[in-house]
Amino acid sequence: MSSRRAILAQTRVELILTLRRGESLLLSFLIPLGILVFFSKVSAVKTSSNPVNFLVPGVLSLAVMSTAMVGLGIATGFERRYGVLKRLGSTPLSRSGLLAAKTINVAVIELMQIAVIVATGLALGWDPDGRFFLALLLLLLGTVAFAAIGMFLAGTLRAETTLAAANGLFLVLLFLGGMAYPLNRLPDVLASVARVLPAAALSESVRAVLAGNNFPWSELVVLLIWAILMPVVVVRTFRWEE
Amino acid sequence: MSVTDLAIEVVGATKAYGALVAVKELSFTVDRGEVFGILGPNGAGKTTTVEMLEGYRFPDAGTIRVLGLDPKADADELHIRVGVMLQEGGLSPGLKVSETLRLYAGFYLSPDSPERLLDLVDLTESRNTTIRRLSGGQRQRLSLALALVGKPEVVFLDEPTAGMDPRARLVTWEIIKNLRASGVTVLLTTHAMDEAESLCDRVAILDQGSLVAIGSPRDLTSRAGGNETRFTAPPNLDRANLAVALGLEATFVREAKPGEYLIAAEPTPELIALLALWLRDENVQLGTLEASQRSLEEVFLRLTGEGDHS
Repeated sequence: MSSRRAILAQTRVELILTLRRGESLLLSFLIPLGILVFFSKVSAVKTSSNPVNFLVPGVLSLAVMSTAMVGLGIATGFERRYGVLKRLGSTPLSRSGLLAAKTINVAVIELMQIAVIVATGLALGWDPDGRFFLALLLLLLGTVAFAAIGMFLAGTLRAETTLAAANGLFLVLLFLGGMAYPLNRLPDVLASVARVLPAAALSESVRAVLAGNNFPWSELVVLLIWAILMPVVVVRTFRWEE
Repeated sequence: MSVTDLAIEVVGATKAYGALVAVKELSFTVDRGEVFGILGPNGAGKTTTVEMLEGYRFPDAGTIRVLGLDPKADADELHIRVGVMLQEGGLSPGLKVSETLRLYAGFYLSPDSPERLLDLVDLTESRNTTIRRLSGGQRQRLSLALALVGKPEVVFLDEPTAGMDPRARLVTWEIIKNLRASGVTVLLTTHAMDEAESLCDRVAILDQGSLVAIGSPRDLTSRAGGNETRFTAPPNLDRANLAVALGLEATFVREAKPGEYLIAAEPTPELIALLALWLRDENVQLGTLEASQRSLEEVFLRLTGEGDHS
């Protein structure tokens, strides 16, 4: 087990590096905010009476997906490529310590994203009628699932391939995620595929609890399966050296 | 010497990657405070050996002990007491030099001072440079500082001076000599024979995964025999006559180039005296006289068969 001192040192560096990566900030903050503002002002697709009530849960899910899957996955893939993971392996920072630092990093960035999105949503007229704590728990579950997908890519593919795959997956899941427009706008076949993917499960369930609707049991089950299955896959497939 | 004085103990270590046997029944020990070099051509198993000591790979057979500990079972303790410099990589390109050193200092309870280490590896002026902008040699020196920041008892350096300019190389040599002076055990791999000769107390020469020689550089060069005596004088001397005077077969005296003579015999005091007498008798003016040993490089090339095709 690493000392708290070692984990803190690593966490500090993880945060420095994340905040220094311009493209990852663009992905984590500007894209979710852009979608929120654009789709609330331009009614490209008809949603419920108040588009912001639809958009905020979707954009929160998008934010989690960008940080946990894309940001973490690409950064870790390149750390593997550059031998950083290997080199850390012979320091007193244990693997669990490294994982802890990366987890804290993702959590801090996500809290910043949530704060900015919630503030922007409220400014745009969001009036939630729901259980915030439950929404946070669902976002946490989504974080586990997406982080594991990102780590799976990072631990098995070459760094460039991880970069392309994570960004590609981000786009696909954005379109199939019920984030910017409702799932029922998709063709039936696509919609049923989307319902078993983690993106739609997250956005639909967060939307349901924030709107005060019935508890989204089926979405929760899908999300749980991804959040349990993917970490197991990562542990079995992750290679520390490229 | 008791077992506890051993910094490193390798007994019958074997490691294969599929059908390729990288290291075959390798055994050697390194005493505490020793500077030990592993030499060998590319693919000889140097890095595999070092990475087994570092705990990155585990032998298929045999045992490995570092400071009396098992690199696998006692990894946590070894990570505190051992410093590592990988052959390449390991640095985050987006981090600054000082940030990197500070990070690693944060991993240890009583680390060495980052400022002192920056000064030691001559990177103080680059402290605020991001690693992506460093030259290869500068990265090597930073990696060396990172290997030392935890005040390790044993340091593993995989080709520490590869890609360094001559000045950086000298800086690194000086650091390694100082490590020995302060009792730190250093195990390094190198391609540079002058490095091994001037730094290492003992060297092991690997070829195709097996140990082919081990000992101090001086041992290896004298054990190899084949020493010779060279001198320069006017060209076209009577070599047969000289050979008789020296008590040697005629073929033992050659004129390598006009005026450059080579006697294939140890430069013993007797031989030198006989040579001097002959020069006086023949009234030959001596240019230079040189007693040469086989260099470690020649020994290396002969043992590893690298000179076969040259």
